[in-house]
Amino acid sequence: MSSMWAIVRRDLLLGLRQRGEILQHLFFFLLVIVLFPLGTRPEPAMLLAVGPALIWMAVLLSAMLSLQRLFRPELEDGSLEQCLLSPLPLPLVVLSKVTAHWLASGLIYILASPLIALLLGVPGPAIPVIMAALALGTPTLGLVGAIGVALTLGLPRAGLLLSLLIFPLFVPVLIFGAGAMSAAITGLEFRGPLLMLAAMLVLSVTLAPLATAAALRISLE
Amino acid sequence: MYRWFHQLGSPPYFYRLARRLEPWLAIAALLLIAWGVYGGLVKAPPDYQQGEAFRIIYVHVPSAWLSLFVYTAMAVAGAVALVWRMKLAEVFVTAAAPLGAAFTFLALVTGSIWGKPMWGTWWVWDARLTSELILLFLYLGVIALNAAIEDRRSAARACALLALVGVINVPIVHYSVEWWNTLHQGPTITRFDRPAMAPEMLWPLLWCALGFNFLFFWLQLPRMRYELLQREARSRWVARELGSE
Amino acid sequence: MGGYAAYVWSSYGVSAGVLGLCVATTYIRLAWLKRQLRRRETELDDPK
Repeated sequence: MSSMWAIVRRDLLLGLRQRGEILQHLFFFLLVIVLFPLGTRPEPAMLLAVGPALIWMAVLLSAMLSLQRLFRPELEDGSLEQCLLSPLPLPLVVLSKVTAHWLASGLIYILASPLIALLLGVPGPAIPVIMAALALGTPTLGLVGAIGVALTLGLPRAGLLLSLLIFPLFVPVLIFGAGAMSAAITGLEFRGPLLMLAAMLVLSVTLAPLATAAALRISLE
Repeated sequence: MYRWFHQLGSPPYFYRLARRLEPWLAIAALLLIAWGVYGGLVKAPPDYQQGEAFRIIYVHVPSAWLSLFVYTAMAVAGAVALVWRMKLAEVFVTAAAPLGAAFTFLALVTGSIWGKPMWGTWWVWDARLTSELILLFLYLGVIALNAAIEDRRSAARACALLALVGVINVPIVHYSVEWWNTLHQGPTITRFDRPAMAPEMLWPLLWCALGFNFLFFWLQLPRMRYELLQREARSRWVARELGSE
Repeated sequence: MGGYAAYVWSSYGVSAGVLGLCVATTYIRLAWLKRQLRRRETELDDPK
């Protein structure tokens, strides 16, 4: 357990030294959301109707961008192979790294979401649901995204291939995440989709690191 | 029995066996499809609701069925490849992906063509078609990954893992798309299901589906032979086979 | 319902076309590879 925390701390410290990159992804996230109303008539009703989809689109695109720096520094300096040899089982190493990655990306989006809700005119009672949906959905995105990263590690044009591989894995999160947000905004029942998001998170936490570890071994052999 | 299975894992044995089987599978496939199409186009009476247009079912449903069957087969082969490190199972995955993609593409196109006379538009975001579209992306992912990795062995193993991950995702995607579809039901409820089918309508469907299955297995064998030749080009059994053909 | 004939024929046509393409590409690719491998072998056998 403590070695997992050590990995998380180390990755976070390294990430902090590259604050620029993290802020870049956050900026991209905000940019997508801010640009949309500028491209159309910013009617409150339409923004509310489209808002959940817009938020999740921004999250998905930012996730695809930020995932590209997962494992890559370790691959380049050779420490990824060391991870394969560590006494800590590889899936746990993966889990630690993905957690650190989420703390530097997904968590930031969650904290920024009240501001986004303000921009889109989301009613107050819906905001906690928006944050909850993001809190349940973004870790899943990171966990399954890591599988794609591990499979395309070191390949040319990996970014494009990664998007293609990850897209089907992201769709359920998008559907239930946006569904939960829409339901909350229109005052309907939102607990169903939130529970589905929670179920998918549990499934991802248990299975995705195993798949990622297997993919890393295949990519590095 | 076990010994035969073990033998089957050896590339030269499989290569020779595949060459002998292919003509028979081809004949079976063509006969079944011909019989099914004849039954579907000529013998089956027109549907009282949809008229002649329902005959598209005889290519649409088998295509959709195969698109799912092939992916499941790829996933099973992928699991075998990763757990038992079986070369032939790896080769099965990369060889099958383009065929599965072709079936998925067909299911989408025939579904779209069927949709035009039924609901007036070329594309409907209904649960079945949307799920098929995502399935197409899953296939394209496997094909792209296979093309991107240089080493044939690593490529096949990576695709095996991807197929395995994808197959877990397929029911999740299917369920989530269904849920999404019930929320955003358009004015027309799309129904690809038949309420009840008369036997003359049902049998050609089964023949066509079976025929498509044989078609898949027929084409899968030469595709696997191709991969084996590529991977083992330097080995002696390849030289022997090429010399004797 | 005569107008539906075009849809039926086009869907069967597309199916035949795509599946025929699968058959063709499968065997053409295979034949081409075999030719390549054979040519490479005779080159290796020939010391010149």
